[in-house]
Amino acid sequence: MSISKKEVEHVAMLARLEFSEQELEEYTEQMNDILGYMDKLNQLDTKKVAATYHVLPINNVLREDKDRHYLDNETALKNAPDKKDGMFKVPKIV
Amino acid sequence: MALTIYSMTAHEMHDKLKNKELSATEATKSVLDRINKTDSRVKAYLTLLSEEALKKAEEVDKKLAAGEKLKPLEGIPMALKDNMCTEGIKTTCASKILHNFIPPYNATAAEKLEKAGAVLVGKLNMDEFAMGSSNENSSFYPVHNPWDLKRAPGGSSGGAAAAVAADGAIYTLGSDTGGSVRQPASFCGVVGLKPTYGRVSRYGLIAYASSLDQIGPVTKDVRDCAWVLGAIAGHDEKDSTSANVPVSDYSHALNKDIKGMKIGIPKEYFAEGLDEEVKVKILDAIEKLEDLGAVCEEMSLPHTEYALPAFYLLAPAEASSNLARYDGVRYGYRDKNAEDLISMYKQTRSQGFGSEVKRRIMLGTYALSSGYYDAYYLKALKVRTLVKQDFDQAFERYDVIVAPTAPTVAFKLGEKADDPLSMYLSDLFTIPVNMAGLPAISIPCGFSQGMPVGLQIIGRPFDEETILQVAYNFEQNTPHHKLKPQLEVE
Repeated sequence: MSISKKEVEHVAMLARLEFSEQELEEYTEQMNDILGYMDKLNQLDTKKVAATYHVLPINNVLREDKDRHYLDNETALKNAPDKKDGMFKVPKIV
Repeated sequence: MALTIYSMTAHEMHDKLKNKELSATEATKSVLDRINKTDSRVKAYLTLLSEEALKKAEEVDKKLAAGEKLKPLEGIPMALKDNMCTEGIKTTCASKILHNFIPPYNATAAEKLEKAGAVLVGKLNMDEFAMGSSNENSSFYPVHNPWDLKRAPGGSSGGAAAAVAADGAIYTLGSDTGGSVRQPASFCGVVGLKPTYGRVSRYGLIAYASSLDQIGPVTKDVRDCAWVLGAIAGHDEKDSTSANVPVSDYSHALNKDIKGMKIGIPKEYFAEGLDEEVKVKILDAIEKLEDLGAVCEEMSLPHTEYALPAFYLLAPAEASSNLARYDGVRYGYRDKNAEDLISMYKQTRSQGFGSEVKRRIMLGTYALSSGYYDAYYLKALKVRTLVKQDFDQAFERYDVIVAPTAPTVAFKLGEKADDPLSMYLSDLFTIPVNMAGLPAISIPCGFSQGMPVGLQIIGRPFDEETILQVAYNFEQNTPHHKLKPQLEVE
């Protein structure tokens, strides 16, 4: 399977990344190399094989619905690049 | 004292501290001094905590003077890979995007060691977001192998392994997703263990691939490894993927011999790709294990060659999800010139992430995207089942599996920089273990071209005891662990 430069651009948009023309060329080439190597997996017939999402047989690990200690507002904002009135401040959407 | 303080193991240091032949302050000063004299060339550290470390050492000395009993790891200087959150102490993952991040909480593993009296001397260099096999992907500076400064220490826990090899820490904690504790341990001639998935809490370990990541000890010998593992293992309510399995007394395993133990040698790990000289050392090691009474037999893990391509679909896929949070909103780097929110995301992430991280995010996003999910991600998950089944079947017959840790010795810095795929291939023998969630240890077993060679011992789930037992028996009957690099001091 190979990936086109257009598809690479689309994936970049999904991943919220942007690249220069040269970077796009490089990434397209490298991704094609890597994806070419992945074609190996098609040698295996996995129709009847179940997927392993997690190796441990643990499911639905829940805790009691009780209040717990959380970070207070000031601590939570300590690393904020920009803040105002106890909230994270970001540029406008549009 | 015949031994220099900084070159001691944790258990040697513990004995000296207990007998009051040494104080925690002296121990810490010795290690800090060693770092001062070597780290400008090794570059294992990103953050040094000299003042804080001496303060903690002083507290330990005060407690001892007051007659309190000394805990096993108390007063012993150590360091943490910089992807483990330390409260109030900068934690960067060696990335520009977290260059100024100060966590408001401790990782559970860090917290456990702090409560055990450990003296944290600093945070260690690594490949950015744990993505790499040479520590050349650090956005700050690469780490140099203490055995040959022109060579890579391995990665992504390059700093953790180099610091221990250079005696710039008595032990360290690294993290292993595809071999990132074992491979650098192999390249640097030290001991590195990846526990069973779920054995050690991932709370506070900055996530790369959530179904593969595990924190593991990097130490000077196997006894230290057993001690440190015992201190960090255990169920954690704050990590819903941590296993509710009791923690064994790992040191107890060291008292047993390996007579009659059944060891499987997978032929797929001795095929193309394995350096001839490394192969010789591994075969010598297997002969040694037989001398010690083990029964070694060639066997097969037939899906081995498919583990690597499957891993490089799964891990980037999980990473693309885990790294989506780095958007400049709540912490870390933000491009303040962005005019709108989406631009801020794009610019922040493009400027803040290094190229290998971006490459993996791209691969992962693609593998998970609509139209490709089945062909790539789901396929890889099914291959994972096959890889795991190979091991499950093998462990019905064998107690442990022994193989090389890495296909070569440490390569020269820059050698693989332009070829990402070639870099990925250095994880050939470590990746299948993460896919199956098994425990594995790398121990020094000889040299080639003057560089250390690592032997990998893989065990059943939650059977760290047996791999430690085999490792200890081998170590105590060979001289390799006593050798140190000739690092000139300034």
